[in-house]
Amino acid sequence: MAEFFEQTLQPHFNFWIYVILMMIGLWALIAKNNLIKKLIGMSIFQTAIILFYVSLGVKEDATIPILDPYGQAEHAAADAEGAETEGEKKRDSYIGKKSPDPDTMANPLPHVLMLTAIVVGVATLGVALSITQMIFKEFGSLEEDEILEIVKGGGVDD
Amino acid sequence: MRLSSIFAIIAVVITGGILLYGVSDFPSFGDPKSPANAAVPGSESVSQYFITKSYKDTKVPNLVTSVLADYRGYDTMFETVVIFAAGMAIFAILGSVGGESQPRVQEEESSFVDGDHSRIIVGTTCRLLVPVIQVFALYVIGHGHYSPGGGFQGGVILAASFIIIALSSDLDAALRRLSEVNYLRLACVGILIYAGFGVLCQVLESNFLDYGVLQPILLTDGPEMARSHSMLGVEIGVAFTVTAIMFAIYANLSSRGTLRDGL
Amino acid sequence: MIFAFDIIILVFLVIAAIISLSVKDLLSASMIFGIYGFLICLLWAEMGAVDVAFTEAAVGAGISAVLMVATVFNTKRKSSD
Repeated sequence: MAEFFEQTLQPHFNFWIYVILMMIGLWALIAKNNLIKKLIGMSIFQTAIILFYVSLGVKEDATIPILDPYGQAEHAAADAEGAETEGEKKRDSYIGKKSPDPDTMANPLPHVLMLTAIVVGVATLGVALSITQMIFKEFGSLEEDEILEIVKGGGVDD
Repeated sequence: MRLSSIFAIIAVVITGGILLYGVSDFPSFGDPKSPANAAVPGSESVSQYFITKSYKDTKVPNLVTSVLADYRGYDTMFETVVIFAAGMAIFAILGSVGGESQPRVQEEESSFVDGDHSRIIVGTTCRLLVPVIQVFALYVIGHGHYSPGGGFQGGVILAASFIIIALSSDLDAALRRLSEVNYLRLACVGILIYAGFGVLCQVLESNFLDYGVLQPILLTDGPEMARSHSMLGVEIGVAFTVTAIMFAIYANLSSRGTLRDGL
Repeated sequence: MIFAFDIIILVFLVIAAIISLSVKDLLSASMIFGIYGFLICLLWAEMGAVDVAFTEAAVGAGISAVLMVATVFNTKRKSSD
């Protein structure tokens, strides 16, 4: 048991949770009867995929992917020399010549992909909710089995 | 238990089992040498290139913004178009042009004690809060190069300020400040700004969205600063579209497409 | 990345997902879904994805919960499961 925890569970904990969240979302999409519950399941599914992507880009002991051109060392150097232009020169040379070590910074590429995915996700959620409202206006219900009953019975009479 | 529920559990358990079986072959969480973070030895992966070279190329400290608006600018442009298309889809689905939408039954005249007083407190608080939110949203859009933020986040916050007006008083008050015609115009203008930057680069005999050639127009120190400034313009375009469409989605959903007496 | 913090948030995340799918009141379901969005925003910030966290804080915890409340208000509040 302890071996299982150390070898399998602990280094992959995020990936386990991503699979569990995805299972919850998929189950809600298939088995839930209410349409809004289905949409909540769809959003949980979506965040599970995003969790997978962001987890891939994490590096241990790494900082956020934003460079610091005005870092503490540069401020100290500028203060010591007393000249602003000198300090700015130092800052430019620091960032221009010494490129940052890739292992000390989180991978920015999954962040970019998922940032747009979240905003597009809420736009598509809006479309889905508007379709839900039209279904309610047409059938007077949000329950899947009641709607199917009406559809099988020949639709609404209007 | 319904039959479909049993089938759902079977399907979910099979899918999850296969995925959990695959998880054990993954690189461990937080490994800097995993295939997603590092290439084969001797060469450089694309994410390592972004980390080491993007400040030299664009002079933008926030790597996410530089990748979003420059290296992957084409992708971001069409993500914005997807948001725009989602807004148009909602108009097409919910919009009842000259429809039979009868106004909701007016409630009884609410008494002064529990009706007006609460609305005065909530309305005044929100009216004081909204300018602060909007200034913060503009800061997020403009400062996205140096700190977390950018067009998408700032646009959503700006739309949230209008939604707060609609929630605290009513939808008409928000639509007086950003009417239907105006938010449709705003959404189109946002995409046109984005595409305009691309076409301008083409006119100057370069590739679509290759901002480096805009240096003589933007009067900057070098092509790197031209990239940095064009990114700001592009982010403003994204913010326009996102603001307009997010508010449009709320306004249509809360009033069933009639844009009258919302939530 | 702090492992203990990571585990705590992920466990709360699964609990919030299950509760928001199991309550019968759709208004509470949307609000608990907002809590879920806020927890996942904390998770992004903890994993170093600050831009994603910012977006999720504005979108997941703010806009999407409001959109769901608007739909529930215009349709029906009770759910059968």
